[in-house]
This record gives sequence, C-alpha cells and structure tokens, in this order.
Amino acid sequence: MTPAEIRDEIVDILSDIAPDEDLSDLKDDVAFREQLELDSMDFLDIVMELRKRHRIQIPEEDYNHLASMQSTVDYLTPHMKDMQPS
Amino acid sequence: MYDTIIIGAGMSGLAAGIRLAYFDQRVCILERHYTIGGLNSFYRLGGRDYDVGLHAVTNFTPKGAKKGPLARLLRQLRFKWEDFSLSPQVGSAVRFPGVGLEFGNDIELLKSEIAREFPGEVDNFECLLKQLIDYDDLDQAAYELSARKILNETIGEPLLIEMLLCPLMWYGNAREDDMDFAQFCIMFRSIYLEGFARPFKGVRLILKNLVRKFRALGGELRLRSGVDRVKVEGGRAVGVILDSGEEVAGRRVLSSAGLVETLRLCDDITEVDQHRAGQLSFIETVSTLDKQPRDIGYNKTIVFFNDSDTFHWRRPRDQCCDLRTGVICSPNNFQYDDEDGELPEGVIRITALADFDLWNNLDENEYRIEKLRWYDRTIASAVRFIPDYRAHVIDTDMFTPKTIRRFTWHDNGAVYGAPEKHVDGTTHLKNLYLCGTDQGFVGIIGSILSGISIANQHCLRD
Repeated sequence: MTPAEIRDEIVDILSDIAPDEDLSDLKDDVAFREQLELDSMDFLDIVMELRKRHRIQIPEEDYNHLASMQSTVDYLTPHMKDMQPS
Repeated sequence: MYDTIIIGAGMSGLAAGIRLAYFDQRVCILERHYTIGGLNSFYRLGGRDYDVGLHAVTNFTPKGAKKGPLARLLRQLRFKWEDFSLSPQVGSAVRFPGVGLEFGNDIELLKSEIAREFPGEVDNFECLLKQLIDYDDLDQAAYELSARKILNETIGEPLLIEMLLCPLMWYGNAREDDMDFAQFCIMFRSIYLEGFARPFKGVRLILKNLVRKFRALGGELRLRSGVDRVKVEGGRAVGVILDSGEEVAGRRVLSSAGLVETLRLCDDITEVDQHRAGQLSFIETVSTLDKQPRDIGYNKTIVFFNDSDTFHWRRPRDQCCDLRTGVICSPNNFQYDDEDGELPEGVIRITALADFDLWNNLDENEYRIEKLRWYDRTIASAVRFIPDYRAHVIDTDMFTPKTIRRFTWHDNGAVYGAPEKHVDGTTHLKNLYLCGTDQGFVGIIGSILSGISIANQHCLRD
C-alpha cells in the first residue's frame, strides 16, 4: 500500500470508530485528539482494527506514533508497504 | 478451546462478549438462567410485558453527543444512537416531608429548585459540582473516600445532603449508610448531570440488540448452563465445569457473577468470607392501571421519597421490608416519539428495601401471603407522596429478593453487589477477571461499560 492508500485506510477505520465525526477536513499534522473527540478507548480501537484488518501487531510502547495522521502513516508505511489495499 | 469464557449473560457479559467477538476471539457466554439479562431482564405474564431491574436508563445524552458514557459505549460496540431508541424522561423529584426538589435532564432545574428550597446553599452546591471527579479520573483511592464526609464539609444544610443522596443511593449504592465518593460521583453525573431515558419497548430492546450483535459476530451464548466451578491449575483458570458436569476449556475467564460468588466457584479456594457479600436487596410492586398515570394526576417519571428528615439506607434485618423510603416509577412518563405513541396501559412500580433472609426463609404459603401483605403496605407508603392510584389497579405483580437471587445468582439478592469494588477487575488468578456490579459500574450504561472496559484492559491485549 502507498502512504495515500494507508491514509485512506486510517480514515476508514476512524469512520468506523467514530461514525458521527466529519473526517473530510482532517489536518494530517495536528493530533487526532485535538480535532476529534477520541478517548483512550478509541485509540485502542485504532490499534485493534489494524490488527483485525491487516494482522499488524503494534506494541504498546509504539502507541504514541498514532497521535496524528501524519505520524500514523509514517509509522505504518514500512509495515504495510507490501500489502494490497483491501 | 475458547479464547474467553464469560460467566453471565447480563449487560456486562454481553458487552464484553461483543468486544471480544468483534476482534475475532472465540467467545462463549454461559448463563445459568433460561433467559438473558441478569438483573435487567424482562418477562411476559398474563399477556403483559414486564421489565425487571430497569426503571430508566441513566447517563442519557442526546443524539450527536460525543462525550459521556452513552456515546462512548455506542462507539465501542459499533451501535448507532437509534439502536437504543432512548426517549428522555418527563421529570423526576425527591420528596421528603414538607420539602421537594424537582430535577430533569438539565442540571439547571435542580439548581433552581435548590435556590427555592435552600437559598443559602446555592454556592455550596456549585462547590460540590466542582469537586466531582470526572469518570476517567476515578481510581481505587476515590472508592475509599466517604461521600457523607465530603458532603458534610461542602453543604451546610443536613436535609439537603439527605435529599441529594437519596436518589443516588437508590440507583447505585451497594454500601449501607454511606457511599464511596467515587460511586457518588458516578451516580451524580449519571442522574443529575446526564439524566433518565427509556426505550419505548423497555429493556428488552437493548438486550435483544446486544444478543443479536454478539451472535452475528460469531459469539456463542448458552442458556441453562450454570457454572459449577472454575477449574484452576498452577495459579491459572483453565476452564469451567458446568452444573451438568460438562467441562469447557478457555484461555481466560471473565465473570460477572460477583466477587464473593466468583471466588466461591474457584477450585483453589475452600472458604469465602461471606461478610464481603452485598446486603441490600429490594422488593418491587408493579401495578397495571386502567388509566394513564397522568390522568390520575401523576406525571412524574420517577419520585424518590423518604418519610423523615434522615435517609436510612440499610438492610431491614428485623422485618421483610423497610417502607420509610422508596422509589416510584412510571414507564408511561417518558417523552416517547409520536410514532410510538404511548404505552398501552398505565403502570406504576414501587421499589422498597427488603431483607433477603427473611424473604428466603418463608415457606411457600407464607411467601405468597407476605407478598400480598407487603404489596398493600408498600403502596400505602408510596401514596403519601403521589396521588392514590389504588382504585385504578387492574393487575399486579411483585418481585422479592428471592426473585433477584434467582435472576442474578448474587448472594442475598444484592442488587448492586458487594460494597467493596474492584475497579481494575483483577482477582487472585492472573487470567480470571471480574466485570459487572462488583467491578464498580452499575446501571444499564454502567454495566455495559464495565464489560467493555474489562475486555479492553485484560482480554484484548495479547
């Protein structure tokens, strides 16, 4: 998957977790927490959805990489570059 | 071999099951009873639908709200707001002799009522609001603080303290006399700051949605499958043995049976300290009326009454029931959608404190007679605070602590479980966890969140 495809996938996951959020003007360099009403349970769900959908295991010490869209895509790119978009 | 075995198909067990099944675990929920729901269940009798447990769903927030326990659990379980189809209350009240406080789903009403009845306490009440701990900041330490002590330091008028405590203790306090400050904060938020609502179809709608989702995700639900013991080997739970003798193997066990009740199931424990079990149980009378309650002058959703200036929150011990305080609830008095209309018949339910042993020790004949006797006494007590509806009753039913025991399997038919809560859900075994009332969250929304949070903390991270 390309970084753009990974971004689309994260948006898809976010829309599953928080169906009422408007994700169309999400700023990639601003923390999710500052733009969306996500709590710690929701962050766990991003991790869990990645595991469910793509079998990616993210260790707990790496959760901080999922703070914003940009950092998430950067972190996931090496893990997902060889995968096919779903 | 299951990834997780869940004991009990109440709100917390079902919610935990949904979380785990959604993330591809093999999950089995084992329920001793022939139906789901535990404390919050429902039945049909003589052509009429009855709810057990639920008066109202607390923690109501309107559609679109992103904060608060309701919004959080809908997201976590991938439900839409409409799936719970909640209609807000009309309005509720606390009534003590000569003084009443109305409240609704907007804290401003309660503030104005306090300003009217206790003008000197307006600032103190604001101080109390500032001291409330946020849901996310509650820890074990907050469970060890006394709510009465903090209230005494904040509020000057003892009567106001009793009146504020009355609904909160009624809807979620497992401890006699006093309340843990954490529990006080949870209940205060859920009742006074968020508020009451109810699905038109009652608790069965929520339960059916939970079960449908659990099954659609591949979860297994087995009714009439009581757990006789939890099999322990080398400090770990390795599975459970059912009443039938059948053995079910699992990598971990999540129990909503209650703390004492769960420990008693464990192979490695020979004696359990009974005194840790909860003491507080209830009776409830359900009266079907020939009119809508508002047509006989009763238009409140819930009225909490107490017949003196001091609120007594104790197991009765010397008589079957204590009728000095009670809760009056009408499922008719919610703001249902026009398309739902109104419930076909008027219903008024009265709940009172009751003693499990005294009810349980009656023989069959005495039990039947005492039910009739206490039905009459309970309603006689309640109509001191609301219009007398006795001439309009066309059908009745009643549950007692024995009924609650049968539905929940909790010692003493304790509605809110044991006084001592285990917020982190851990036990003496590293793969046996508690969810439900003894983990600390109560009420419909609380118990669902309990299942979610314990599943998240302990069952999803490996």
